[in-house]
Amino acid sequence: MKAIRLNGLLAIALVAGMLLSLAAGKVWVAPSTWWNDDLSGLIIMELRIPRTILGAAIGAGLGMAGAAMQGYLRNPLADPGVFGVSSSAALGAVTSLYFGFAMTAWLLPVFALIGAGVGMGLLALLSGRSGSLILFTLAGVIIASLAGSLTSLMISLAPTPFATTEIVTWLMGALTDRSWDDVKLAVPLIVIGMVFLMATGRSLDALTLGEDAARSMGVNVLRLQWLAVIGVGLTVGASVAAAGIIGFVGLIVPHLVRPFAGHRPSAVMMPSALAGALLIVVADSMVRILPSVSELRLGIAMALLGAPFFMLLLFKMHRELS
Amino acid sequence: MSFSFEALSLTLRERKILNDVSGQFQPGRVTVILGANGAGKSSLLSCLVGLREPQSGSVSIEGLPLLSLESRERGRLIGLLPQRPDIHWNVDVKTIVGLGRLPHTGRWGMGATDREAVAKAMAATDCTDLADRQALRLSGGEQGRVLLARVLAGEPQWLLADEPLASLDPAHQFDVLDRLKNYAKSGNGVIVVLHDLTQAARIADDIMVLKEGAILAAGPREKVMTAEVLGQAYGVEVQITTSSTGEPLVVPVRRL
Repeated sequence: MKAIRLNGLLAIALVAGMLLSLAAGKVWVAPSTWWNDDLSGLIIMELRIPRTILGAAIGAGLGMAGAAMQGYLRNPLADPGVFGVSSSAALGAVTSLYFGFAMTAWLLPVFALIGAGVGMGLLALLSGRSGSLILFTLAGVIIASLAGSLTSLMISLAPTPFATTEIVTWLMGALTDRSWDDVKLAVPLIVIGMVFLMATGRSLDALTLGEDAARSMGVNVLRLQWLAVIGVGLTVGASVAAAGIIGFVGLIVPHLVRPFAGHRPSAVMMPSALAGALLIVVADSMVRILPSVSELRLGIAMALLGAPFFMLLLFKMHRELS
Repeated sequence: MSFSFEALSLTLRERKILNDVSGQFQPGRVTVILGANGAGKSSLLSCLVGLREPQSGSVSIEGLPLLSLESRERGRLIGLLPQRPDIHWNVDVKTIVGLGRLPHTGRWGMGATDREAVAKAMAATDCTDLADRQALRLSGGEQGRVLLARVLAGEPQWLLADEPLASLDPAHQFDVLDRLKNYAKSGNGVIVVLHDLTQAARIADDIMVLKEGAILAAGPREKVMTAEVLGQAYGVEVQITTSSTGEPLVVPVRRL
């Protein structure tokens, strides 16, 4: 399918999804009342619009980060989580919850961003200046597990049961009750991160032929590594800061897109961003519509969707290998 | 056109890989680099492409130091066919070949000249019929042709190939060698690392023999390809004869 047509279709679907997200929820708000100067107008302006924008931005950022990561590591099972950025951002956020700083609303995302930044710095320090993929992947895995265990430590040492609950709930990402403040903080960072990721496209294409061939054609692998680290750091860091860990989007979406967009890494990026946004916006609407006592956390919903998908993917790869 | 290296030394993990080697290559000719495993052939090739920076010495192209060139400029002058046939995504063949134009294309993708070069490279390697096939579904021989087309599409003045015959059957080996030979005939320089001595004798205009990081012999094939030089390089006894149809046969017969 031609890239423009695919992106156009996805964009139209995304707009439809966002409209659905504005209307859907415990309180169904019909479009005719969106501009009313009453409670429905207030719900739309103060709750649904920021939540929808945030969801779309996070989905787009995670989708594109996943496509870029898979292209960079040349591994269709790679996920932005491989970098350890989401775990270190989560560690930052959990730190603020542990110390009870979350009383001040803006401190949690700021701590999460600091965590992401520290994770990225550590990643650069550990992987060195070689641009080597193996060192880089190992460094990411090490950071992810270190941040994960420190997070567990914080949970087990939490001062009050209330703090424990708060941390555990927060870790299961969600978009519930997000405000314009979250949008203002996260969306610009995600957009900047996506610009960095878009700049990797040509180099990622060249990497299809392996590192030596890519370098011989003028690809600067160190520059590529930095673009990828900063791009993933900003998109994923800001997403975690605003909504907690929402897994599997970066893994699934590029796979869903490839049959239509082709396998060329740069061709997968933009459709992955649009499809990622669509997936989150729709999933978040579903989470709100589902009849349950308390709202199903988006992070859990995505994991419930993602894990079986991952299994199917592995079965498919088995079949192709045999 | 000139391509030469001067006093190259390369040390990796305290092991001297290349020891003060110098040499040059001629355009319009095929230079085959020979040498035992670990003699430094691949390392020399990486220095020539600019993938490795030697501790001392320099590589010059058109009279300019290689490492002073902007990396894309370098990519336009020198094409590398790496040893391992790496294709990581299941893209179609014309996309793979099109990647060879990366050092030429601007931000907005391929223009008419680029498409022409891709078509020409695919025709030269008989890949035109494969254009819409998925790269990972091709046979080994077909992949080899496609990857060669990728390098040719970049129209490099110097084409460097690291063991391009590995894992090819004899017929496909001849095909690749003929294409490399033709590329040299059209005025470009071709530098190939080979292990098969008979194939080397068949394709080479010039030969450069490496031994333990130094150049043992270099020059026109007739002068360098002797039983004595090859014996020293590989530590084997070599018989050089001609086939009944006049092609050279270079056969190792026993270990020295």
